[in-house]
Amino acid sequence: MNRRDFLKFTGILAIGVAAHQAINMLSGSDARQSQKKREKWAMAISFSACVKKEGCKACIDACHFIHNVPEFGNPKDEIKWIWQSPFETVFGDETNVFTKSMLKNLSVLCLCNHCENPPCVRVCPTKATWIRKDGIVMMDYHRCIGCRYCMAACPYDARSFNWREPEPFIKEINRDFPRRSKGVVEKCNFCEERISQGFLPACVEACTERALIFGDLNDSDSEISRLLRTRFSIQRKPHLGTDPKVFYLF
Amino acid sequence: MIKILISLILFLMVVFLPVGYNVYTGKTAYIPVLQPPEQRGECVENVMFMRKKHSLLLEKWRDAYVRDGIKRYVSINGIYKISLTGTCLECHSNKTQFCDRCHDYLGVKPRCWSCHNIPEKVAKK
Repeated sequence: MNRRDFLKFTGILAIGVAAHQAINMLSGSDARQSQKKREKWAMAISFSACVKKEGCKACIDACHFIHNVPEFGNPKDEIKWIWQSPFETVFGDETNVFTKSMLKNLSVLCLCNHCENPPCVRVCPTKATWIRKDGIVMMDYHRCIGCRYCMAACPYDARSFNWREPEPFIKEINRDFPRRSKGVVEKCNFCEERISQGFLPACVEACTERALIFGDLNDSDSEISRLLRTRFSIQRKPHLGTDPKVFYLF
Repeated sequence: MIKILISLILFLMVVFLPVGYNVYTGKTAYIPVLQPPEQRGECVENVMFMRKKHSLLLEKWRDAYVRDGIKRYVSINGIYKISLTGTCLECHSNKTQFCDRCHDYLGVKPRCWSCHNIPEKVAKK
């Protein structure tokens, strides 16, 4: 190949690459429009609806039955996927002298916040926990080595460790969902196994007061998107920058 | 010299005593007999594949289900729900006469059952 041929050849090659990129750019806009947006799952909890029935634990019972959550009868060993805590503990930064006395008896429903920027995922040494594209912070119990870094990292106390073999402490075993073994950390999975079949999470379905609203934040017509646009909502500890996807509605 | 020979023979006899015992009692010829489920057609994949590679298939299923959110498995025999309790044990309901016989024989101890449910056991509880 002489110099002239070489220049011809590289010139054609450069034009080819440029044309390829140009075609991609032009057609890309169409392709992006036709591509379905991924869901971004989130939950809203309405304070006013949740306190209507006193002592109601329908959501907790439903979740803990479906996911084979053991009950050790000992707060130190407690395994919790969804639980109630006093307002002061859950929203410590939001309280003042007056709210402390006013909301003394209010217990707030808590669950894993499925943060957009989850600290538990950053610290997990085995990638046993990770954030899915639809925003669910998942756990792979096969991979968990029980180091409990995630429990130390989670600012919401949403993770529990199995200090003992949980099987004997499960009241009634649900055949369709696995149990956990000793030495594994567990938490709420936003009912990933139900969502994939087109069902709502168990807690949302069990609530008779419709205090829990679950939906897709990427769909601007979904109930949760509309609610969050029109009603005042707060998140837990937003200053930490974890961006929780569980919202509390007033 | 004779002393060495005698002691060598004695030594070999002691070493091979377990083997001789097993030959004498007929245990060396033992092969576990498995009870496949009746009248259910072929497994998820063909029998030879399942015999050799079911553990690898289950590992693939595990990663697909948990990691990638894939809940169905498509094979030449049909479309299956990815579920150890729901699909595998649904057919192989006789786990003690199928899975366990071979695993016990080979000394394999899969840790699946520390979390995954065995329908028989759950029903009894």
